[in-house]
Amino acid sequence: MIAFILRRLVQSVIVMLTVALVAFALFRFVGDPIASMVGQETTLAERAELREALGLNDPFIIQFWNFVARAATGDFGISYRLQQPVMELIVSRLPATLELALVSGILAFVFGVGFGVYTALRRGNWVSGSIMTISLIGVSLPTFLIGVLLIWVFAVELQWLPSFGRGDTVYIGEWWRTGLLTQSGRASLILPAITLGLYQMTLIMRLVRAEMLEVLRTDYIKFARARGLSNRAVHFGHALKNTLVPVITITGLQMGSIIAFSIITETVFQWPGVGALFIRSVQFVDVPVMAAYLMLIALVFVVINLIVDLLYYAVDPRLRVDRANARH
Amino acid sequence: MATPLLSVRDLVVEFPTRRGVLRALDKISFDIAEGEVLGMVGESGAGKSLTGAAIIGLLEPPGRIAGGEIWLRGERIDNLPREKMRRIRGRRIGMVFQDPLTSLNPLYTVAQQLIETIRTHIDVSEKEARKRAVALLDRVGIPAAGRRIDDYPHHFSGGMRQRVVIALALAAEPELVIADEPTTALDVSVQAQIIDVLKEICAERGASVMLITHDMGVIAETADRVAVLYAGRLAEIGPVRDVIQAAEHPYTVGLMGSIPTLTQTAERLTQIPGAMPRLNAIPTGCAFNPRCTRVMDRCRVDRPDPAERPGGRQVACWLYDNAMESADE
Repeated sequence: MIAFILRRLVQSVIVMLTVALVAFALFRFVGDPIASMVGQETTLAERAELREALGLNDPFIIQFWNFVARAATGDFGISYRLQQPVMELIVSRLPATLELALVSGILAFVFGVGFGVYTALRRGNWVSGSIMTISLIGVSLPTFLIGVLLIWVFAVELQWLPSFGRGDTVYIGEWWRTGLLTQSGRASLILPAITLGLYQMTLIMRLVRAEMLEVLRTDYIKFARARGLSNRAVHFGHALKNTLVPVITITGLQMGSIIAFSIITETVFQWPGVGALFIRSVQFVDVPVMAAYLMLIALVFVVINLIVDLLYYAVDPRLRVDRANARH
Repeated sequence: MATPLLSVRDLVVEFPTRRGVLRALDKISFDIAEGEVLGMVGESGAGKSLTGAAIIGLLEPPGRIAGGEIWLRGERIDNLPREKMRRIRGRRIGMVFQDPLTSLNPLYTVAQQLIETIRTHIDVSEKEARKRAVALLDRVGIPAAGRRIDDYPHHFSGGMRQRVVIALALAAEPELVIADEPTTALDVSVQAQIIDVLKEICAERGASVMLITHDMGVIAETADRVAVLYAGRLAEIGPVRDVIQAAEHPYTVGLMGSIPTLTQTAERLTQIPGAMPRLNAIPTGCAFNPRCTRVMDRCRVDRPDPAERPGGRQVACWLYDNAMESADE
């Protein structure tokens, strides 16, 4: 078990270093950073001085090492556009994105698994048929269109929910600004969360349905029925648990893409998260922010993968190899 | 004669398909007496497993019982409501499947699966159920049952898993055990052990067994009576010794001739020419007539029903229909 985690950690470090290399390369290929920092009147001598001071004349390897070392301590430099430390910018906006991603992830998982199980067990009745048809719409409509449609129906026509922003927020601790504790914060979260989670929900639902149908055909389900276990025990105790093994992986990976894809939803709903920050940074070629965002998303994926592997381990006893070996 | 434990009367199982209804079992009738082991043989697709599934009420849709009756100790069970039938499964009729590697849920320990089964049917505490489960595992020959019970299925070998499957099938002490090819997926070396365990425990508890297999050796050693199925119809049924040594139905004769024995002097085993007809192309008259070596005109027109023969046998073949022959003349 410990060896497994260590091996995974080493792999994670390698992945992060690779992404760091890509992020670092951004600085070199998106133009001369000196040019974007100084004004037109700056003399060549001054520029050379600045270049030396910033360490831009050092060999590539040294510069990369410095970048990684500083990144590891959370120092991604100063934003070109806002003249603030990048880390501060990201940290102040991260709670918004994480709350949005978490809520839509939970929505997607709960409704995805629920509908998936329902449509698998009640194959052929009209409710399952409608769910399947609607899910097709969820898969095929692009996120921004869903967002705009939801705004039109619920914010413009019905005027039930706000169409943009986070509503009122309050601080939890030093820096976590949450919208979950206020009425308007929760109301503001609904539409973006649905928009962001709908595609993932339909994906999870279709996966659960397919897996469940597969599992229901297996011998151990037939044997469970032959032993007279109740439908409930067969469906939820035996079938669902086996269904969830592959679903956990996909859901975990989807959680990563929910955070990464929140860019679009955040733009549509003017959500003050890191996605919106990234979009504006791209417009202004704010390389330090872009690099930091890239690293952040990579970190999210790596951490989620690690958690998924551990969950897998908890759900599926066949993976606990060392214990099995000890018994034989 | 006392009421048989299980009585199947004119059982018909059909599969509606787009191109008409397929009749997979056609008027099968047989009894299983208290404590008796009935062997059921036939080629793949003859309807052996389907008979078992129909009895325990687990036909895969769209398959359905289209006719006939199934009686368990004088109670009709083929038309019971779902919930009532569920209470019979496991409690009164147990089932052992073919492949022990896939019959057990990989995510639960053996203890969890056994205790769940016991407590579904018998009102006992978790602790008592566990005690029974350990005793059961011990009885089916799992060494150190008290310790191994908390292992997952993948910690057991194939033969050991089949023992666990037998323990599960017998967990709620059923009166009838349907064993659907219980040794087919196992190594030859453990097949005999598994059959012995199954036979012994059932004998101990007075449970009857319906043993589905195509291994005539197993039947010869284990069964009291044997039923031979062909294309969803009963060809012959009778005491196992009689059927094996003096088969009457030409199909059974062919089946027995195709089994190698050590004392046999013949160079080649006899084989039955042709193959069993598909369900949508069963010939009129006797289903076996195109392959039969002793076919008569009548076999191509009229279907023979199983008729009583001396020694408690039944054979569905016009060869033995003396009454009709004399009436024709």
